[in-house]
Amino acid sequence: MSGIVELRVPAVPEYLQMVRSVVGAAASIGVNLKPERVSDLRLAVSEAATNAMEAHGLSGVEDRVVIRCDLSASQVEVEVADCGSGFDPDSLPPLPDVDSPDRLRHESGLGVSLMYHLTDETIVESHGGGTAVRLIVHFGTD
Amino acid sequence: MLSEIRRSVRNQWVVLAMTGELDLGSCPVLRQAVVAEVADGHNHLVIDLSGVDFIDSAGLGSVVGALRRVRSHDGHLLLVCSEQRVLRVFQMCDLDRVFTFHVDVDSAVGTPVRV
Repeated sequence: MSGIVELRVPAVPEYLQMVRSVVGAAASIGVNLKPERVSDLRLAVSEAATNAMEAHGLSGVEDRVVIRCDLSASQVEVEVADCGSGFDPDSLPPLPDVDSPDRLRHESGLGVSLMYHLTDETIVESHGGGTAVRLIVHFGTD
Repeated sequence: MLSEIRRSVRNQWVVLAMTGELDLGSCPVLRQAVVAEVADGHNHLVIDLSGVDFIDSAGLGSVVGALRRVRSHDGHLLLVCSEQRVLRVFQMCDLDRVFTFHVDVDSAVGTPVRV
């Protein structure tokens, strides 16, 4: 089973649940992906789509966020693309240690590290014209 | 989408029971509820996540914000969560070391309030 599902959604958080649902359903079609891995992918996509929507909000961009879910024989790949101002994933400041009282001052900053943790591959390509995040889960891996 | 927050008072704890999915779209509901409780002088809160079947980092952030807010008013925050998928997200972010979890509301509200 292979194919592409593409969503173009307004950059408003009310669409996040729909994005997760569609990606989760698409990733479950005709492949032996464990439910836990589907849940991981849904969470990773939620993080990427959240960042994309916030990037549009910060940049004043009215374009839609694009989510492409591509199934092949060996993997599922989800690309989340925005037209925000971009960011350098290697220069994200680390969060304070959880034992530090300062940790509670940070309500954000976990999304990118979660994406790396939840997928087999996370590839971030970002420049001044936007960001594309590719989230890849291989079939047959735990 | 977070569908609702049910509020109850048990012992000296205000219990905010949430249902649905906790993400960027729904976390403002929790944030506003916590702000309102603390503004009313209710600083000892239990957030019941038993009915939450999805949480992401934005949702975690709102719970972190709730903890900071109650602590800044000398209050306490307990979480009720038995859903492994939700607990796992806390664990992946090491936030399970920050919060006190209970398996059910009865257990949480049985905790003495330390003033």
